[in-house]
Amino acid sequence: MSIFVDENTRVVVQGITGRDGSFHAAQMLDYGTAVVSGVTPGKGGTLFREGVPIFNTAKQAVEATGANASAIYVRASFAFDAICEAADAGVRLIVCITEGIPVRDMTKALPFLKSRGARLIGPNCPGIIAPGKRAKVGILPTGMFKPGSIGVVSRSGTLTYEVVFQLTRNGFGQSTCVGIGGDPLIGTNFIDALEAFEKDPETEAVVLIGEIGGTDEQEAAEFIASHMRKPVVAFIAGQTAPEGKRMGHAGAIVSGAAGTAKEKIDAFAKVGVPVAPVPSDLSGLVRQVLKGRLR
Amino acid sequence: MKIHEYQAKELFRRGGIPVPRGEVVRTPDAAYDVAAAYGRPVVVKAQVLVGGRGKAGGVKLAQSADEAKRFAGEILGMVIKGLTVEKVLVTEAVDIAEEIYVGVVMDRKSQMPLVIASAAGGVEIEQVARERPEAIRRLTVDPRYGLLAYQARTLAGELHGNFAVVQQIAAIIDKLYRVFESTDASLAEINPLVVTPSGDVVAIDAKVNVDDNALYRQKELEEMRDVSAEDPGETEARGADLSFVKLQGDVGCVVNGAGLAMATMDLIKAYGGQPANFLDIGGSSNPQKVVSAIKIILLDRNVKSIFVNIFGGITRCDDVAKGLVAALKELDLKLPLVVRLTGTNEEQAREILSEVRLDYADTMDEGVKRAIELARQG
Repeated sequence: MSIFVDENTRVVVQGITGRDGSFHAAQMLDYGTAVVSGVTPGKGGTLFREGVPIFNTAKQAVEATGANASAIYVRASFAFDAICEAADAGVRLIVCITEGIPVRDMTKALPFLKSRGARLIGPNCPGIIAPGKRAKVGILPTGMFKPGSIGVVSRSGTLTYEVVFQLTRNGFGQSTCVGIGGDPLIGTNFIDALEAFEKDPETEAVVLIGEIGGTDEQEAAEFIASHMRKPVVAFIAGQTAPEGKRMGHAGAIVSGAAGTAKEKIDAFAKVGVPVAPVPSDLSGLVRQVLKGRLR
Repeated sequence: MKIHEYQAKELFRRGGIPVPRGEVVRTPDAAYDVAAAYGRPVVVKAQVLVGGRGKAGGVKLAQSADEAKRFAGEILGMVIKGLTVEKVLVTEAVDIAEEIYVGVVMDRKSQMPLVIASAAGGVEIEQVARERPEAIRRLTVDPRYGLLAYQARTLAGELHGNFAVVQQIAAIIDKLYRVFESTDASLAEINPLVVTPSGDVVAIDAKVNVDDNALYRQKELEEMRDVSAEDPGETEARGADLSFVKLQGDVGCVVNGAGLAMATMDLIKAYGGQPANFLDIGGSSNPQKVVSAIKIILLDRNVKSIFVNIFGGITRCDDVAKGLVAALKELDLKLPLVVRLTGTNEEQAREILSEVRLDYADTMDEGVKRAIELARQG
């Protein structure tokens, strides 16, 4: 198994004729993912790469091609609408790559998704990949992923690639890797992913990559202590970040004394989750927790 | 994005929240004129985008126009937390019987706007939260329905015993929420909201932070941006569509992706160096962005070496390499450059860079150590 995506995942790409949408639709197809349709209003009736039908609406795309997942590559000002459209069309998993969506839009999108029973990953995320299933929804470069038993969940993109690159080089393949996004309001948080990894028989241990801002990591620490039997190891980025400055990600900001890396590292330490001081220590920690030397 | 108190008060005034008369001035003489025209005591307040202005001596009560002029002279040019005061707000003094706190923030946990209120206003709300958590009232607002009238009434009723005052507070909470929503704010705060001896309720301070992601549809607010409060590199970076934050160290870094950029800074610190900045060139593959990034780092005279850390995904290593070659040619770069490029089109990148003199690193750890060493030698 894997979490949130598998060999039955059928992807509709919203914004498939745009620069990013077309590039990444092709990349997903090349990886072996079932990209079954695309949506661009006004381009309905045409084909992408000679085989993928494009529709004017998500509803038509889902009805005609049985898509059950969506990847969103539209501009920030259209993203709220695209998220709601996908949910209303009956898509169960929506992965929103778009960066820069106003927070106010997300406060409205999230209850809408809940009422339609759809899961959102992101926004402002690299997406999700299950290497053993050749299933990818998003923009993650596939080269360094290898099938295996490590679950990875992260608020970041390239830092995740860096960590996965090192895991693979040290012999640790991945069951699923999910980038939950760098925005303050996101659809799937650490706990959602941890809960799914705990239930996934193919996952033996989880690597969690957090960063400054908010309290998601602190809540994840509590969840691990009370609900998880599988080992988790963590890394927190932003230990040197100054107060009050947004560090690239809209959600990566220390406000007053809240949301610091130290607070998060302490929360994990308190429940016995090993935290790597530097990213290159993560593989070593994974090796130790799998041998049962640590928690 | 932060805006000044006088700008936030203008938003409040337009939203129907009572604020005392005031004008923003840049000279002591102009402060005199405003105070003389009001003909009563005024408060002279430094307009800088940091908290703690009062403690730093940036807020003074003047009994006369002469005093207003003198205080303005003292406050203008003052440096508060690294920022020079260029403007002061001269505003009518208000008699204070009680001080209340009301604010609206975007709450990450509930994923909804949160109204926070307390009868213990006038001090930092974080301090009240620590010392007297029971004195704070919280109300999450479902953004689909907005703040309902009874919610504002109920909350106001918990802050004061006099019904006439409660009605005024309820109206102000309602209007504050509307300002918060219509401006795409991440924070809208009145501290303190003052009850005067005669029972009027007035906002004597105002703070509004705006969601950067919403500025594309908040043009008027975008124009309120005060670039004098920023590091010049940060202003430059925004123009070049890069994410940059200046720090105090001497090892500059150019990275793709915010998480990796933070981790790179942390690694510099972990290996005994000091990062000079956070810089994310973003996901795209534009060689010009690399040139802009190096230019911005060179604005900082403290920088002694530069580490370029790229994990290619959507960002292609060959594009970054082209940018580095262009930067070396255009900028006459004298500082040592350490480069680590992995991922998409790494081989082509190495070929492009074979014609220039650079320090290569195979891993992030190795690159960081080398950059620190070179900064020490420089």
